[in-house]
Amino acid sequence: MAGDAVLRALAGACPAARAADAGDAVAGVAPRYAASPASVAEASAVMRAAAGQGLSVVARGSGSRLDWGAPPRGCDLVVDTLRLDQVVEHAAGDLVARVQAGAGLRRLAEVLASAGQQLALDPPPGGDGQQQMGTATVGGTLATGTAGPRRLRYGTPRDLVIGITVVRADGTVASSGGKVVKNVAGYDLGKLFAGSYGTLGLIVEAVFRLHPLPAAAAYTTVDAGGPADARRAAAAAAASELAPTAVEISRAGRDQPVRVGVLLEGDPAGVGERSAHLRELLGAGAVTSPDAPGWWGRTGSGGPAVAGTLIRIAFWAAALPAVLAVIDTAAAAAGLDPLVTGSAAAGVIYVALGGDAGPAAVAAFVAAVREALARGEADARPASAPVPDSPPVLASAVVVHAPPPVREQVDLWGPVPGLPLMRAVKDQFDPEHRMAPGRFAGGI
Amino acid sequence: MIEHLVPAMVEICGPGGVVTDPLDLRTYECDGLTSHRAAPGLVVLPRTAEQVAAVVRVCAGAGVPFVARGSGTGLSGGALPRTDGVLIVTSRMRRIIAIDPDSQRAIVEPGVTNLSVSNAARPFGYFYAPDPSSQQVCSVGGNVAENSGGAHCLKHGFTVHHVTGLEIVTPAGELTWLGDGTGGAPGYDLVGAFVGSEGTLGIVTKIIVKLTRIPQMVTCLLAAFETTGAGGNAVSAIIAAGMVPAAIEMMDALAIEAAEAAVACHYPEGAGAVLIVELDGPGPDVRREAAAARALCEQAGSTEIREAVDPAERAVIWAGRKSAFAAVGRICAAYIVQDGVVPRTALGPVLDEIAKLSAESGIRVANVFHAGDGNLHPLVLYDDSSPEATAAAEELSGAILDLCITHGGSITGEHGVGVDKSRYMPKMFGADDLDTMQLLRCAFDPGGLCNPGKVFPTPRLCGEVPGAQRGVHPLVASGQAEQF
Repeated sequence: MAGDAVLRALAGACPAARAADAGDAVAGVAPRYAASPASVAEASAVMRAAAGQGLSVVARGSGSRLDWGAPPRGCDLVVDTLRLDQVVEHAAGDLVARVQAGAGLRRLAEVLASAGQQLALDPPPGGDGQQQMGTATVGGTLATGTAGPRRLRYGTPRDLVIGITVVRADGTVASSGGKVVKNVAGYDLGKLFAGSYGTLGLIVEAVFRLHPLPAAAAYTTVDAGGPADARRAAAAAAASELAPTAVEISRAGRDQPVRVGVLLEGDPAGVGERSAHLRELLGAGAVTSPDAPGWWGRTGSGGPAVAGTLIRIAFWAAALPAVLAVIDTAAAAAGLDPLVTGSAAAGVIYVALGGDAGPAAVAAFVAAVREALARGEADARPASAPVPDSPPVLASAVVVHAPPPVREQVDLWGPVPGLPLMRAVKDQFDPEHRMAPGRFAGGI
Repeated sequence: MIEHLVPAMVEICGPGGVVTDPLDLRTYECDGLTSHRAAPGLVVLPRTAEQVAAVVRVCAGAGVPFVARGSGTGLSGGALPRTDGVLIVTSRMRRIIAIDPDSQRAIVEPGVTNLSVSNAARPFGYFYAPDPSSQQVCSVGGNVAENSGGAHCLKHGFTVHHVTGLEIVTPAGELTWLGDGTGGAPGYDLVGAFVGSEGTLGIVTKIIVKLTRIPQMVTCLLAAFETTGAGGNAVSAIIAAGMVPAAIEMMDALAIEAAEAAVACHYPEGAGAVLIVELDGPGPDVRREAAAARALCEQAGSTEIREAVDPAERAVIWAGRKSAFAAVGRICAAYIVQDGVVPRTALGPVLDEIAKLSAESGIRVANVFHAGDGNLHPLVLYDDSSPEATAAAEELSGAILDLCITHGGSITGEHGVGVDKSRYMPKMFGADDLDTMQLLRCAFDPGGLCNPGKVFPTPRLCGEVPGAQRGVHPLVASGQAEQF
C-alpha cells in the first residue's frame, strides 16, 4: 500500500511516526500520520521526509489550542512536539532561558520560580477554569502569540522571545537571535514566527528573556457604571505614575456594570502605598486584594473557560467606549448578550459568546462588528492625523476560536492590512504551501 | 552613471530636492562609521511618503539600487551609499503628526529626531523610551532600521518594543501600512520583522510609537570600585536581588581618565571602575530599591557611592558617561568603537581576556559598557598615521568580537551589522540560518535593490518562487481568497 510506504519513510526519519487515530484530528480534519520527534535532528528528518512525500503538516504542542484558526485545507501529518520538552538552559544570572517547544509553561514556571524568576506571559487558564496554568506548551504559546492581562507591562510572546530555532518546510533547521537580550545581528525570525500559527515552519526551540517574580502583587477593583466610566477609570490608572502591570475590564452583559481591575506588582510596602493611591484614583467602592478577582484573565488568553466563540478586538485605548458601543449595537441586532473582558489599557478586549449562541447570529454579530470597525466607528484617530497620515482602520476583530458550526459561517480573521507582503513571506518560507495551509489570516 | 534618472527625480522632488553636484554628494559619502566611504550617484531629499514611493518606483524600473538615510549617525555603515545608486535622505520628512496621550501613541515621520518625540510628549507626562546616545540628532526612521536601544533599554526595551505601526515604501515602490498602531493587528508581525532590518526591506515613511509614562521618581547611583571585576560583582548582586534598573553602566579606569580630562566629571579619584545605576518608577519602590542597590554595592567593595535624584545632579553623573566616546578621542587620535554582547555573567572573564589581549598587543583599550545587559563598547585606541598600527587595532577589535561569540554573545548589541560586520555573520550564524533570514529579504525585495550589500556577506538569489502567479486574481487582491 502506498500509505505504508509513506509511513515507512516517516518512520525512517522519526521512529515514533505512526498512523494517525481519531484523537489526532485538527479542527475536525483527520490526518493520516502523526509523528513525535525526540530531537531537533528527528524533527528535521521527519519534515524532510514529509517534504519528499508532499505531505501537508500541522504542528501540535499539547493540543490545547489546536482548534484555533481555520481548519487546515490539508493535514496529512501532525508533528507533535511533546517529546521536545527540555528546559535546555536556565541562565538565572542572565535572566534568560532556552527551552524546547514542547516544554509545558507550567513546568517551565516551576523551574524558573526556583530562582525567583518567570516568563512573564499569563498562561491560559486550566481546564478547571481557574487561574491556573493549563497544559499549554512554549511552542504553542509562541505560535499563537497568546498573552493575558500583563501584556500591558511585559508585552506578548514576540516581546519576550530573543532567539528561535525552527525547522522549515523542507527540513532545514535555522536559528536567529541568540541568548543575549541585547542583540541586533541579522533578521529577527522570532518576531515573524510569533503568532504565525505554524504556517511558516515548525518551532522547535526558543530563548526567552525572563523577569524577576515580583515580591508582592495587589489587585484593586471597582465597579464602574457604564463604558465611559470604565474608560475614565482605566485611563486614570494607565496615565498614573503607579506603573500598573495590568488594567483589565469585565462586563457580564449589556446592561451590567463594567468591572475595572488594576494589578500592581513590586516591593510589598511599595505596592501597599501605591494601592492606596490607586483606590483614591478609582474612587468610591475601590477595594484591594492580594488575590485576583474571579473574572481576571478568564478569557484573556482564550482558555477553555470559554466554550463557545471568542473574538479578540484590538483598538487604540481611547476608543474603549466606542468599541463597547460597536459590540452592543451588533449584539443587540443579533439577539446576543456577550461577556466582554480584557486589557482595556493595552487596547485588546475579548468578546465571549456562549456555546448555545446560534451560528447565524454569531456570524451576523461578527459581520456587523467588522462593518462598524471598517466605517471607523472604533477609531480613536488623533485629529491631527487623518488618513493617510494614519492607517485606514485603527481596529480589528479576529475570531480566536468558535464551535465548528460557527466556523463554517464566518471568516475567522477578517481584513488583514499588509496581506500581499504576508503572502510573499509565506511563499518564500513554504513555497508549496504545505505548512498548516489555510489556517491563518487571509487564507494563508 | 545614473545621470539619466535626474530629470525624473527632479520632477518628483523638485530641483531643490535633488543633489547632483559632486562636492555636495561627498557630504553624504559616509554615516557615523567614517572608515567606509562611497559618494552616492545621486541624492534625493523627498518631503512626502508619496515622493519616496515615486523615487523608489523610478529606481526599481531602472534597476538602480537605492539606500535610505536618516540623520547619518549610524555606526555600522548601514547608510553607506552606492556609487551606482540613489541615496534617499529622509531628513526633510520631520513632521510630528500626532502626540496622543489618550491612547499613549505618537505618529511621526522618519526624519523626526528621537529626542524631539520625547520633548513633544513631555507636556502630557509622557516620553519615548528608546534613547540612543545620539538621540539629539538621530532620526526615528534610522532607529527603526537599526532597532536602536540606548542606556535605558535594560528596563524599557528597544525600538521594536515601542513601534506598533509602520507606513513603508516597499522595494517595488508601493506605499503600505504594516500594523495599525494597536500592536494587535491580525497576520504576521511584519512590524517586528521590519524593525532592525537595517533598511534592506523597504523605506519607512511613517512610524507609530508607544509613549511611556514619565516615571514618578528617578534616582541615580554612582559607585566607585577598585576593579571592573568588583563592579561586575555588584551588577550581578543587583540583578540577583530581583531588581530591573533602568540602566546599569560601567566605565573602566582609562575611560574615566579620558572623561575626567574632557568634561571634569569629578568621578571618585583613583577609581578602577565606576558603576552608574539608574532606577526609575513609583517613588516608594524606587527609594527602597536604591537603598538596597547601595547596600549591595557596599558589600561588593564599593569605595564611594553618590546618589542623585534631581535632574541636574543626575546630569552631572551622566556627563562623564555620555562624554566617554568623544573624550577618548581627545586622548588618542583614532579609535575603533566596538559593539559586542556577552551574557552578563560572562562579563568578568571577558573583561579579563580583553585586558590580556590589550597587554599582549600593547594596544590600549578603554571599556565603556552597558553592564546590565552585557553590551560592551571597548574603544580600541591606535595611531591612524601608521598602517601597521591601524591593522593591529582592527585585528584586536575583531578578536574582541570573537570573544563575544565564544562566550555565547552577539557581534552587535545596538550598532547593527551594516557593511562593517557582515563578514562576522558567518561566525555567529550557520549557512542555513543566514539563508533562512534572507527568505524574508526575498519576500520584500526579490530584485535585491534595497540597500544591497548590507547585513549579509553573500546575497541570496531569490529566484522564481515555485507556484508564483504572474497575475493576481481579483479575489486574492481583495483579500477574499488565497491561491495554492
